[in-house]
Amino acid sequence: MGRTLSEKVWDAHVVRHADGEPDLLYIDLHLVHEVTSPQAFDGLRLAGRPVRRPDLTIATEDHNVPTLDVDKPIADPVSRTQVDTLRKNAEEFGIRIHTLGDPDQGVVHVIGPQLGLTQPGMTVVCGDSHTSTHGAFGAIAFGIGTSEVEHVLATQTLMQARPKTMAVTVDGVLPDGVSAKDLVLALIAKVGTGGGQGYIVEYRGDAIRALSMEARMTICNMSIEWGAKAGMIAPDETTFAYLRDKPHAPQGVDWEAAVEYWKSLATDEDATFDREVVLRAEDIAPFVTWGTNPGQGVPLSEKVPSPDDFDNDNDKRAAERALEYMGLTAGTPMREIHVDTVFLGSCTNGRIEDLRAAAGVLAGRKVAEGTRMLVVPGSGRVRLQAEAEGLDRIFTDAGAEWRGAGCSMCLGMNPDQLAPGERSASTSNRNFEGRQGKGGRTHLVSPLVAAATAVTGTLAAPADLPPVDVAVPENV
Amino acid sequence: MEAFTQHIGTAAPLRRSNVDTDQIIPAVYLKRVTRTGFEDGLFAAWRNDPEFVLNQPEYGGVSVLVAGPEFGTGSSREHAVWALLDYGFRVVVSSRFGDIFRGNSGKAGLLAALVTQDVVERLWTTIEADPGTKVTVDLEHKTISAGDVSAPFEIDDYTRYRLLNGLDDVGITLSHEADIAAYEATRPSFKPATLPAKA
Repeated sequence: MGRTLSEKVWDAHVVRHADGEPDLLYIDLHLVHEVTSPQAFDGLRLAGRPVRRPDLTIATEDHNVPTLDVDKPIADPVSRTQVDTLRKNAEEFGIRIHTLGDPDQGVVHVIGPQLGLTQPGMTVVCGDSHTSTHGAFGAIAFGIGTSEVEHVLATQTLMQARPKTMAVTVDGVLPDGVSAKDLVLALIAKVGTGGGQGYIVEYRGDAIRALSMEARMTICNMSIEWGAKAGMIAPDETTFAYLRDKPHAPQGVDWEAAVEYWKSLATDEDATFDREVVLRAEDIAPFVTWGTNPGQGVPLSEKVPSPDDFDNDNDKRAAERALEYMGLTAGTPMREIHVDTVFLGSCTNGRIEDLRAAAGVLAGRKVAEGTRMLVVPGSGRVRLQAEAEGLDRIFTDAGAEWRGAGCSMCLGMNPDQLAPGERSASTSNRNFEGRQGKGGRTHLVSPLVAAATAVTGTLAAPADLPPVDVAVPENV
Repeated sequence: MEAFTQHIGTAAPLRRSNVDTDQIIPAVYLKRVTRTGFEDGLFAAWRNDPEFVLNQPEYGGVSVLVAGPEFGTGSSREHAVWALLDYGFRVVVSSRFGDIFRGNSGKAGLLAALVTQDVVERLWTTIEADPGTKVTVDLEHKTISAGDVSAPFEIDDYTRYRLLNGLDDVGITLSHEADIAAYEATRPSFKPATLPAKA
């Protein structure tokens, strides 16, 4: 019988299989950042163990770093210690590291792809749940805890039980103004935050095939938000074209051999999945969250739901709590919700295409009074490219803040945080209570919705804005 | 890691669903570079609320947490497990756990016992009727009992085996070093390496 994409990649990495035990899987790439690694390096030191494959490991600093004054020492001493600890560990164990100010410093899930280190058919892990991003290349990529980080550092392997397989098929063509982010938010609202648990998901269908690599990364990034072990998309010409000129792409005969192998990874026609979910692209509209988990979302055109709209008691109670925390009243049109802060960035939507999409909306327009907008490129390289294209000028002319690279306001760990009660429209991935700062209220949105919301000061789509007469640069 | 066979202790009912790892411990508490000392960040947003279950005197000294569904979803931070352990919890019971949280628990020595939501509801009722009720969690037989409630829980066999024996994963894997080396010899040359760096 045929095999699925994930089964082929899994099988190719089994170092050891024994009945009744998890498989021992080889790891092709281990990404390391400052928050989830210090205790793992300590463990190695205590046991007198080296890093087995420094040449399959790469580190960067992203969660703690400020996005202003990046040429000065980090002001928060505890954050500074954590970043310094990573630098020392990288030096001691011989690991490549990209530090503040380096073009390849930035959100760890932006770095792997931009360097061409993330490739089809690989296994990629990181002590960060959004490692699922790398699945866009047809890799098995998932987040791990610190004990597992230590395990990978010491052995370049992980013990893993074989997950079940699921297909999410999106047929048709996404309507204009509807992006990958809307698609994945609509999917999570449909299947629930636990819907993917125990599965590696393959996203397929015409609407997925039509997406750029960066849009595919947005989809795979959010796989963890509905509980999936990993999300994957079969590699195709779009993947190969993206990788071709990246620094670590295979060269010469290696390239030919790699492409031939990558082409063999697609799910066989006679393969079956343990579960299948089907969506029609035409049914998807700009989508925003109203609650405190990524499954609590509705189309932008709808209203804040009522707890009575939910069938089971747990969902009712969760909705009640969410409305209270979010300071929302059931029945309020989503478009009438005022937003204090717009955050454009993160491993979900901090790549160049995301910045171009938002700049296309902001060109010739202004951020509304009473609203602030932070634009945080995913990496130093994304920032440089945006500046070369003049996007930074569009943002600053509109009154948005143009920042340095990092996780920034996606999580309340660095200086970029919401104040208690402050409301954001955020292109990040989690609207959990307190995620963006204690008491902060988060609405997850796409880059297009983020930009339009910045202009109106209330949740909005670009189609809601009056036209402007301005020459928009060709690429946005 | 210490071996885990049976645990007896009092329990706290956490009547909330979707308690993600950001709620178990917010990011601002993840800045330590040590493996202990995270108890101050546990449920930080709720710890000043007198209504919060862990602030009620009858639930002092608890070591079993009975939580609503979707406990530990979200971020991969193992700090969530460490914070629960540092506070004094040895067992967390729920009808659904986030995958990474469940894996991290097994590595760090916190027992994540998966039961049906019906069992969770019955445990809540029992505990709330008498917060002094001793809860017995038997890993050998995979059972949990408290008052009139007695039910099986699920845990994967390998995690159970490792917990029962207090085994260290890295040590086990390094005993298969020859398999790893043999696998490495077969990796194709087109697979990327981070070193030497290319720009």
